[in-house]
Amino acid sequence: MVTPAAEVPASPGSAPVAVRYVRPAPGAALAPEPEPPAPADDEEPADDEETTRLSPPAEETGDDPERVTPETGAPSVREKEEEPPTKPAPWRRLSSAGALICVLLALFGFTLVVQLRSNDGDQGLATARQEDLVRILSDLEARDSRLQSEISALETSQRQLTSGVAGRQAAQAEADKRADELGLLAGTLPGRGPGLVITMDKVKASAILNAVQELRGAGGEVMQIAGANGQTVRIVAASYFVDAEGGGIIVDGARLTGPYLLSVIGSPQTMQTALQIPGGVVASVNSGGGSVTMEQRATVEVTAVRQATALQYAKPAS
Amino acid sequence: MIAVLALVAGVALGIVFHPTVPAALQPYLPIAVVAALDAVFGGVRAKLDGIFDDKQFVVSFISNVLVAALIVYLGDQLGVGGQLSTGVVVVLGVRIFGNVAAIRRHLFRA
Repeated sequence: MVTPAAEVPASPGSAPVAVRYVRPAPGAALAPEPEPPAPADDEEPADDEETTRLSPPAEETGDDPERVTPETGAPSVREKEEEPPTKPAPWRRLSSAGALICVLLALFGFTLVVQLRSNDGDQGLATARQEDLVRILSDLEARDSRLQSEISALETSQRQLTSGVAGRQAAQAEADKRADELGLLAGTLPGRGPGLVITMDKVKASAILNAVQELRGAGGEVMQIAGANGQTVRIVAASYFVDAEGGGIIVDGARLTGPYLLSVIGSPQTMQTALQIPGGVVASVNSGGGSVTMEQRATVEVTAVRQATALQYAKPAS
Repeated sequence: MIAVLALVAGVALGIVFHPTVPAALQPYLPIAVVAALDAVFGGVRAKLDGIFDDKQFVVSFISNVLVAALIVYLGDQLGVGGQLSTGVVVVLGVRIFGNVAAIRRHLFRA
């Protein structure tokens, strides 16, 4: 770009006007470039409004080189910093305009840094415009309502889960209670409660079965039968009574000998009354030669248990 | 060279003192900085073209900054400050791109 300077190499600082005055024409500013038509692509669009004003010595915006006219090109010889070899002491010729340039550039750097620093902090809201603030506020409000609804949804699910825990505990307690009841009914759990202790002697299995059915009808809940030989059998729904050969009975596969001790938990008075009705168990046993004695107790222990039977065919319908 | 030194000095001053921008200037300072940036690039381009002029640079620098700030101020008064400042930034950005393209052609011949 200093090609014109080669024409006057012998004038270092004496006649700078001659040096810089080589290309005064506006179009000549780009002449030394390898591709003269190149500026048409991206230089002209930015300066088209100024190129129309080429004829007057437009000097209000000096950043556009095309607009430099010959007379304004003449003072441009004072490019101090650009050619130190041809002008050895640039700082000596620091004109007032040059000083002003320096001041302006310093101010520019100063404001640039200030703006950058003020922009990266949390002062984004302080510098925002009113409509931006309104938009930010509405965004925040929308986000707030969204979060509020999320909070309420989460609280609802928390309540549901808590109540679910409580319900599960209640169901667990209920299931435990049911398991206990069913265990008592199925004979897998020992039982205790008020009831009767019935001693029967010289009776057949059918008499015992009658007594058991009568007791069940009278509200007997848990029963066991003990023989004199020490065998004790829990009586459940599937129990059977068979007369054994040579005396005694077989209850659920266990051989029992008399006298038999039948322990039953239930309402003592009701069961005793049921057994003693005319023509009932007591009457038939007595008429058959046997003996029945009943004793009401506040606490009857039923200690015999059965193994739970796994049902092979029946399944719950629900 | 001196100009670059002045620029560096201004940056250093800004870093050292770290002043806060007055609230009244806050909408206009970014636009003014962009306008000044455009003027600086124009000056560099003129320098590379060999047609740099001190007075022209000073006047264009100041007028660029003032006009940009004035446009934004006017926009704020009219209620279209945001859009107008966007427009100013776009125009100045186009000019900066043009100047940088010229500088690039000078420096790299491409």
